[in-house]
Amino acid sequence: MAVEITSPQFKQNTRDALKDAPLQRALGKVREGFIHKRQVAIDALPEFDALRDSARDIKNHTLAHLDLYLEAYEEKVTEAGGHVHWAETAADARGIILDICRRVDARTVTKGKSMITEEIGLNDFLEQCGVTPVETDLGEYIIQLRGEHPSHIIAPAIHVNKDQVESDFRRVHDHLPANRDLSEPETLLDEARRVLRSKYFEADVGITGANFLVAETGTSIIVTNEGNGDLTQTLPRIHIVVASLEKIVPTLDDVSQILRVLARSATGQEMSVYTTLSTGPRRDKDPDGPDEYHVVLLDNGRSAMLGTQFQDMLRCIRCGACMNHCPVYHTVGGHAYGWVYPGPMGAVLTPSLIGIDKAGHLPNASTFCGRCEEVCPMRIPLPKMMRHWREREFERGINPATQRVGLGLWAFLARRPALYAFAMSIAIPALSLFGGAKRRYRYLPLAGGWTRYRDLPAPESRTFMQQWKQREALKQEARP
Amino acid sequence: MSARDAILGRMRRQLGGAATDGERRAAVKQRLSKHPMGIIPGRAQIGHAKQVKMFIERAESVQATVKRVASPDDVPKAVSAYLRARNLPASVRMGSDPLLKAMPWAAAKSLEVKAGPSDGNDLAGVSHAYAGIAETGTLVLTSGPANPTTINLLPDHHFVVIDAADITGDLEAVMAKLRKTSRKGPLPRTVNLVSGPSRSADIEQTLILGAHGPRALHIIVVGNSK
Repeated sequence: MAVEITSPQFKQNTRDALKDAPLQRALGKVREGFIHKRQVAIDALPEFDALRDSARDIKNHTLAHLDLYLEAYEEKVTEAGGHVHWAETAADARGIILDICRRVDARTVTKGKSMITEEIGLNDFLEQCGVTPVETDLGEYIIQLRGEHPSHIIAPAIHVNKDQVESDFRRVHDHLPANRDLSEPETLLDEARRVLRSKYFEADVGITGANFLVAETGTSIIVTNEGNGDLTQTLPRIHIVVASLEKIVPTLDDVSQILRVLARSATGQEMSVYTTLSTGPRRDKDPDGPDEYHVVLLDNGRSAMLGTQFQDMLRCIRCGACMNHCPVYHTVGGHAYGWVYPGPMGAVLTPSLIGIDKAGHLPNASTFCGRCEEVCPMRIPLPKMMRHWREREFERGINPATQRVGLGLWAFLARRPALYAFAMSIAIPALSLFGGAKRRYRYLPLAGGWTRYRDLPAPESRTFMQQWKQREALKQEARP
Repeated sequence: MSARDAILGRMRRQLGGAATDGERRAAVKQRLSKHPMGIIPGRAQIGHAKQVKMFIERAESVQATVKRVASPDDVPKAVSAYLRARNLPASVRMGSDPLLKAMPWAAAKSLEVKAGPSDGNDLAGVSHAYAGIAETGTLVLTSGPANPTTINLLPDHHFVVIDAADITGDLEAVMAKLRKTSRKGPLPRTVNLVSGPSRSADIEQTLILGAHGPRALHIIVVGNSK
């Protein structure tokens, strides 16, 4: 029922991604757009780094008191006339949402963009139960038509090119005359806007995620640019918020701090167009807004991360900066990661949620260049946590035997410096000697994983230690 | 055991158990009641006249258009002029906001004023903002019969009237105002912080205005600074 997991086939996924020409064309744009815009926004705010510290400290405090803030939050939601539902697992959350839909005989549900509903595989489930989900975020709408999943947490259709969108619209919107121009993003957006307008009014239930839940006031907050999330939560009779537990922040002042780093890190905006606070259902005299307001709080493995070396990951606010700056993401895109969350944040979070046995490749898919940690607004030490996962993978004996033997041999040598130096003093000159005129190896036993895709450069003459010793000796001689 | 108890129980165990409970409860109570203020960017810590100017500049930088008028009586004329200049029908939708209602709409010739929430068939709507935020050029709109939320979202052209005196420097100042207004009950159902007209960059990262919300946002700033 939930999203199919292809993380165990990560290696095959990356091979496919590299050969996928439209994907590679689309990925070129990730490198250009996000990085520059973020930098411009950050350069314009001298307090940015101090705000990152502030945001990190707020979330650390919140996580250390998470149970209590959740209780306070629940009390405030109830006071405002809303309902809080607790879900241990994805299946529990799906069940709660379906019950609400069934109670009001819902036939269609509009949806604001939400990664959590991707995590629980809500769309397929609702469809199978006879409720039609309609994604309203432009990117989500496009990939829903294509039968795909998001490849980026804030730009779900970033892997799709405009000519592909045109052919999807022509396939599904069968009322379209053949001569209608759909060649540009503007005309495509107009078409989506027109089709989705009526859906908001038809829907019985509107489902959104939440960027934040505020304990002080029992408020859920969504941050969007299109306005689709707002229409989704304003027009239907029922508004359901699906949020994971760690979205809590204590106060309105606390959320103000984090909002300052969120949009800047994500899209390079100072504020997204719509930051909307929702508290309870419509009031007696309100002329619009939903009659019922429900919050589904999802755990799905997160509470077990508290107090562990993976707790810091719960600070994540899903801005996407880590994947926007990741050379691995730039090369293979989001789908290769094989589950809901791609990029560096996915490489750390996915093993926590679906198990390191299935997601073991992900924390290994990193060059440890460190850019993700450098740009993370919440200062999450992503490379360190990927190392923790690699250690766990090794401890549990999950990685393949050849790798384990290789690592074991390496560890044996590395712990014996004299032996290590001796072994290298033979191996490196030998590799240098047989490197040929091109100074490269096209194939080398035991290094097939490397040489399958690229040549291994032959080392120059001797080891670093040998060269260092020689240099020091020369210096000694040079002294009078 | 309910899911709630199971989840909260697991959290308590992971976070150190009952030993630290009293201390943790006190810390939470303290933060929720004192809501300590964080770092406020220096850019908007300036005199009020300059804050108004910054608000306008920042709003324009996110593709809103802004008009300044001296008094509330000038607003209907400004709305008419905007509609005429764009060849739009002379018709607007608005809620029961007292400030808006007191304006001389009848004097703006042939301008139709429809009352109540929008059903999606209005091309233009008028709202009165609760506050404005200079640091980002953001409008703050609260739900209720005075200013129905649908007017913020459905019409293609959204006029927002803001009293210059309601423009603050930073986001925290608005949060403090909301806290004060809602002393006795919950916050309004919806508080929209709006920075520019609706947009999307979901197709090839090309930014386009007018995604699902208004295609144009026209702000009318009334009066001078405090």
